[in-house]
Amino acid sequence: MNRFAWLDAFLGRLIAEDMAVREVPEASGLAPARGISVGADDWGNFGKSARNWNCRWAGCWAEDLGDQLRVHACFEKDHGYLLAHTDLRRATPILSSHAPYFPAAARAERHLQDLYGIAFGDHPDPRPWIRHQAWKNGEYPLRLDFPLAGNPLPATPADQGYPFQHIQGSGVCEIPVGPVHAGIIEPGHFRFHAVGETVLLLEERLGYVHKGIEKLAETRDAHGLARLAARVSGDTTVAHTWAACMAMEKAAGIAVPERALALRAIMAERERIANHLGDIGGICNDVSFSFGFYQFNRLRELWQRTSATAFGHRLLMDRIVPGGVTTDLSETAARAQIDQISTFRPQLGRLMDILNTSPTVENRLIGTGVLAPQAAAAYGALGYVGRASGVDLDVRRDSPYAPYHTLKIPVPIEQAGDVAARVRVRAAEISASFAMLEQLIGGLVPGPVCAPWTPAPPDACGFGLVEGWRGETLAFVRFGTAGRIARYFPRDPSMINWPLLEVLIADNIVPDFPVCNKSVNGSYSGNDL
Amino acid sequence: MLRVLGKVQRIGIITESLPPQEEPVLRAVGAELQEAVAARFRGSLAIRQVDAGSCNGCELEIQALNNPYYGIERFGVHFVASPRHADLLLVTGPVSRHMEEALRRTYSATPDPKFVIAVGDCGASGGEFAVSYACAGAVSNVIPVDAVIAGCPPAPFALMQGILEAIGVRRPATAR
Ligand code: SF4
Repeated sequence: MNRFAWLDAFLGRLIAEDMAVREVPEASGLAPARGISVGADDWGNFGKSARNWNCRWAGCWAEDLGDQLRVHACFEKDHGYLLAHTDLRRATPILSSHAPYFPAAARAERHLQDLYGIAFGDHPDPRPWIRHQAWKNGEYPLRLDFPLAGNPLPATPADQGYPFQHIQGSGVCEIPVGPVHAGIIEPGHFRFHAVGETVLLLEERLGYVHKGIEKLAETRDAHGLARLAARVSGDTTVAHTWAACMAMEKAAGIAVPERALALRAIMAERERIANHLGDIGGICNDVSFSFGFYQFNRLRELWQRTSATAFGHRLLMDRIVPGGVTTDLSETAARAQIDQISTFRPQLGRLMDILNTSPTVENRLIGTGVLAPQAAAAYGALGYVGRASGVDLDVRRDSPYAPYHTLKIPVPIEQAGDVAARVRVRAAEISASFAMLEQLIGGLVPGPVCAPWTPAPPDACGFGLVEGWRGETLAFVRFGTAGRIARYFPRDPSMINWPLLEVLIADNIVPDFPVCNKSVNGSYSGNDL
Repeated sequence: MLRVLGKVQRIGIITESLPPQEEPVLRAVGAELQEAVAARFRGSLAIRQVDAGSCNGCELEIQALNNPYYGIERFGVHFVASPRHADLLLVTGPVSRHMEEALRRTYSATPDPKFVIAVGDCGASGGEFAVSYACAGAVSNVIPVDAVIAGCPPAPFALMQGILEAIGVRRPATAR
């Protein structure tokens, strides 16, 4: 399959339209993506054309290269990834926005606006996003001249003046929720406008857990970056570490041993199953079906204990390192995993039967929080959120990376787009991952689990692309001198999926918000960085 | 409904079953805890968890305390939705500066006397994130802290033990 059959025609078209576009000579670290550079004046029109060619917008990030700022945007079409970049003069960092064509780009560009001081001229919503009050307006933490320590006040004040949208009318009331929520969950602010119980508008205000991950990455060595990537979002520690290591390994030209790749995939599938089990339990809890909550969390706990016995950490944190993995899988631990899968499989089937035929559960989940396929496609919805709304996308199958190229990857797709469909997709994904784990464990070849690390040359770039449990997970890495990281950007699927919660909650009742939120389960930490 | 009951009956009560080497420790600490909770908190210790910039790993393990294996409620410990109902704050994360004021307000909304436990390597010291333009670091840099439970993240058993030890040994911080 030629993933780039469209690209030559697309580039030809852009050139015919007089855009300053050229393909950048294949930088091997960026494979399977291809790179192009675009003139800054043509950036907006380029985005418009990408929209017209039905490309999916998959992320944007920037770099401070000293005399210029470089903005990257990632697109995908027919499973071919395109990394476009443009260079801006530092003195006048003004650029056209892609948000008018790709709604998912809106907050990502505001992230760049707040952290780099890039002005997106025709941006539909230039309010601050990631900046609250930890640094001043006019300071840009990701510029090279901004010190990691920053210039904080002795006490950082709350961000009070944020101009939320307002709806007025008789009976409209505004409900502010958060940042501290009523459960054991991450912080963020939700502003509801409701009439009676019905939600007219939900506006999310995130950024509360911004930890400066992108800045902290600078000057780390490869192993230090892997540790940081492991903490982008704790529930996705495997996928982010894998994506970051993949990017670094491509940049440094390191071949990871076959056994290590299989072990990474085993961990990634274990992480997927653990989160799906916990979240289906959480969804049950949010509709007061405590039986389901306890049953699914019982399975999750057993599952995590097996992970701890096999690899030494319940969440599998810091098991993936540049060049491979830290921990081999013993025969006994491998067999224990296989045994557990065979006891879990029938239990999952019975539990899903109970869930699917329990009137109280059905009543709350079916038709709740519907994400229409058109909206899912327009935003480029990822993971189970997209797949429950007809978006047929799974990196493991579509842009396979070792060892997934050897496996059969069933991708469950639903069209209903409601909470129930998201639950069904996730249950089907658990079953699919059980089968993959059996294949991976059964097919383990003996051999080393880590290749020696040799630092990458200065300026070497790498692109990591894996299917985490929330969906497509990207990482961009550029090395600086002495094998130190110059730039790391992780694109968690939550960055794309968070705005969809605003879309799917409209016209639902406020009391259904928790279950809708749980059914999407965006990462606050992965979004805020 | 019958199937639900059937499943309930088949699985039975699974609470406990900690690794054998931890079991005696848990029982000892558990008994002490129940005593402490009974004596000091009239049988019920209310915890408010505050995520102050965590990566969410710590939250996953704190949530696990409510799963049927740990069932921390059996020791009289439960999680509440409002700091105004809480005796104890469990605070995670390297205190992102954007959460700093919310943490301070949560602390002052918690009635005296109160305990604060900083959870995880982040809460203890800032962990992998430390102090920067975006993080204030250890929880104790922002509010008074009575005890620390280290780990990245601390496993549920370590959390349980840490909570028990903190309230068993220490006097609650009075209004400061
Ligand atoms: S201590 Fe570890 S698990 Fe907990 S918030 Fe910090 S990085 Fe995450």
